[in-house]
Amino acid sequence: MSAAMKQSAGATLELSNIHAGYGDFQALFGVSLRVEPGEAVGVVGPNGAGKTTLLRVISGLLRPRAGTLRFGGQDLLQVPAHALPALGIAHVPENRRLFPHLTVEENLKVGAFSKASRAHFEQRRDHVYSLFPRMQQRRHQLAGTMSGGEQQMCAIGRALMSGPKILLLDEPSAGLAPLVVQQVFALVKRIREEGLTVLIVEQNVAQVLRVVDRAYVLETGRVAAEGRAAELAADPAIRRSYLGGH
Amino acid sequence: MDLLDPFFLEALVNGILLGGVFALPALGLNLVFGVVDVVWLCYAELVMVGMYAAWFLYTQAGWPLWAAFAVCLPLVSLLGLLLHLLVVKPLLNQPPINQVLATGGVLFVLQGAATLAFRTDFRSLGVDMPPMEVGDVFVSGTKLAAFCAALLGAAVLWAFLKFTYVGVAIRAIARDREVMPLMGVDPQRIYLIASAVGGALAGLAACLLVVQLDVHPFVGLSFGPITFMICVMGGLGNMLGGFLAAFLMGLIISVGGFWGNTEYSYVIAFLFFILTIFARPRGLFAR
Amino acid sequence: MKLPLLPILLLVLLAGVPLLSPPDYFMHLLITALLTAVMGTGWAMMGRFGLVSFGHGAFLGASAYTMALLWNELGITPWLGIPVGVLVAVLLGVLLGYPCFRLRVVGHYFALVTLAAGEIVRILVTALREHTGGSLGMTPNQAPPGGGFLAMQFDKAGFWWVALGAWGLALLAWWLLDRSMTSKALAAIAEDEDAAASVGIQVTREKLKITVISVAFAALAGALMAQYRMYLNPESLSGLGISLQIVFSAIAGGMYAPFGPSIGAVITIGLEEALRFGFGTEFTGGAPLVYGVLLVLFMLFLPRGIAGLLERRPQARKPAAPAVQLAE
Ligand SMILES: Nc1ncnc2c1ncn2[C@@H]1O[C@H](COP(=O)(O)OP(=O)(O)OP(=O)(O)O)[C@@H](O)[C@H]1O
Ligand SMILES: [Mg+2]
Repeated sequence: MSAAMKQSAGATLELSNIHAGYGDFQALFGVSLRVEPGEAVGVVGPNGAGKTTLLRVISGLLRPRAGTLRFGGQDLLQVPAHALPALGIAHVPENRRLFPHLTVEENLKVGAFSKASRAHFEQRRDHVYSLFPRMQQRRHQLAGTMSGGEQQMCAIGRALMSGPKILLLDEPSAGLAPLVVQQVFALVKRIREEGLTVLIVEQNVAQVLRVVDRAYVLETGRVAAEGRAAELAADPAIRRSYLGGH
Repeated sequence: MDLLDPFFLEALVNGILLGGVFALPALGLNLVFGVVDVVWLCYAELVMVGMYAAWFLYTQAGWPLWAAFAVCLPLVSLLGLLLHLLVVKPLLNQPPINQVLATGGVLFVLQGAATLAFRTDFRSLGVDMPPMEVGDVFVSGTKLAAFCAALLGAAVLWAFLKFTYVGVAIRAIARDREVMPLMGVDPQRIYLIASAVGGALAGLAACLLVVQLDVHPFVGLSFGPITFMICVMGGLGNMLGGFLAAFLMGLIISVGGFWGNTEYSYVIAFLFFILTIFARPRGLFAR
Repeated sequence: MKLPLLPILLLVLLAGVPLLSPPDYFMHLLITALLTAVMGTGWAMMGRFGLVSFGHGAFLGASAYTMALLWNELGITPWLGIPVGVLVAVLLGVLLGYPCFRLRVVGHYFALVTLAAGEIVRILVTALREHTGGSLGMTPNQAPPGGGFLAMQFDKAGFWWVALGAWGLALLAWWLLDRSMTSKALAAIAEDEDAAASVGIQVTREKLKITVISVAFAALAGALMAQYRMYLNPESLSGLGISLQIVFSAIAGGMYAPFGPSIGAVITIGLEEALRFGFGTEFTGGAPLVYGVLLVLFMLFLPRGIAGLLERRPQARKPAAPAVQLAE
């Protein structure tokens, strides 16, 4: 485990009573959520529940209308979005959003843009390459020409370049073949074993509940249920709605 | 006809040299468009201001030429910065047409200001380098020097975009601006940097043009439109495309001038542009 | 359809202006403003639907030079020359517009293609100096004594009526357009071209229609302006400079209201004169300077123009002033 990633000492992410939306449309209604340092937390829910919106609020892309948002005691609503990576928050957005016309390594470079990260560029890049040897092979390939799985790896690698304390992942398994999904989840496991805090949004409920400690179920912008992963996986209502069970 | 005809060769060489001069403003315009998503309609007028600055410092204030050029570059860069802060930035969330028209307003402002300050006389720097003879072909020393400087400027720009953090971020933001804050990039800051670099390129272009062209308040109209066309031909925001298109246009104009006269060669160039857009609506080099 | 009474009354009242025998200078300003208004109204017919042309100067030039050359070289009266000129300009517009619309050249790309067209006309006029006088300009031949009417060389009152007629036509066209399916189709296209096409709107055809109308009015005004001034030069009848000035007057007045561009024309011409008086010929750069500053200020603070101030409030749905939406 690398020194680059060991800094996740004690920063709790805390959302309380968050209301957010787009124009006239409200997507989140008083969502509260807490992620302790070193924890892996899942957010699941149907399409349009507001999961992506929730992550966008945390990483500052969307300002909430009401509520509080703290990370390690700091009020994030006072911080501009582009300053958040330097505070240790990294967000792998929905659909990866790589820069397709830049090479893999250039994508990593953009991920290390913040002043504090530049000094660690080579160290972190090598760490990313050790996590994903495939990336090293393809370091000079244009990101847009890689397979979906490789792109997801690259997107996660790019997020790791800022040396985050907490990693926000938005549906990392979306659009990937089952085998690749396995790889992605194995990777998530590995990242959290390195001590990183993870908040992961997933449609793939069965899989994600195996990786996380706790999870929240989001429905139409409200937290419908929360609990330990194992408890949720055993909950009949959850099984019925999300796990295809009976 | 004989392709080795020295006059024809000369036209080819001149076309390439001309392309080098067009390349700089095309790069600057494309850079700004790619990053900020706004067409600076007054780009050629920024160049015009730079030309006046160089002319004034050299002929009126008696500075050495290098010093005049050294001031011209940051001055126009600053102008680009101001343009962004005062005009473009407040309009960033408005429809593109409003932004374009506002920079069109700046075009009038700069033309008017230049007329007020220097009247409409044509001003010449009056420096000339001896022509050089390469084989059978005569090449203007001034043009050759300007060409080399343009290539050097383009190379520096390329290295900046390729190797620096800000440069890579500039190329990234041209594709996806919304996601940039997640990378720790403040788009507003990148806009500022791109505007300053775009201005600096206009400043460099001014230095290279002022040795070849007389300055007057409307000189921008003589190369501004062609610059826009080059950018669109290369694909708006596509720097490499614009760079190549600049040479293509330079050749068309120069070779066209060899067969007909210069005016018609511009007509041909513009027609060629329109046909290109019809054939490849997103630019010659669009993927 | 019932024509609105008020504008007709206005037109009739305006027709009576020469009867008050105002000073020549005043008439001159009025005629110039009126013809500028026709240009701006023509431009705005396209502009307000997101078809932003930076090359309307080309159409002024095409018709004006056609008319003047027909008169000078073949002795064909402007009464015939103007329709022919307008036709030439419209053909040019269609030649340019059809492939643009067919191939979905929109937004910045459309604006820059039209800009190129404007430049082509300007350079051609300059290059054909044996006929057009190049950048020095040309003067239509003086009509033989007594032939003034046939040569369309009237006194100020005559031109006032002609210009008023053109202006009335332009407003009528606007008014009819507003009540037509074409304007609804174009609004839908401006909103979302793909969506419009998918509900069966013939995008190319609708755009072409408005282009023809818009170009025709610009071309008519260009020819009349040349004929009134008895002077043509490439700078004032083609190229980017004049094209932007047309855009300016339409925007300043407000391109969404029928009278907007006319208000803009009055402002532009008034401003030009005021600056000429204020600054004198010593400061020839003063006018464009003030122009430019105003254009920037309008964009910053009043993107819907003066007429935008008079619009009823409930229309202000969106926070950002929705000037034209350029679909990219
Ligand atoms: N930019 C936007 N503008 C307007 N509404 C939006 C926007 N983005 C999302 N929404 C709406 O907000 C709601 C929540 O969207 P969100 O993307 O957060 O859902 P999600 O839970 O991530 O869904 P999915 O599982 O499909 O990704 C949806 O109804 C969506 O239509
Ligand atoms: Mg989502």
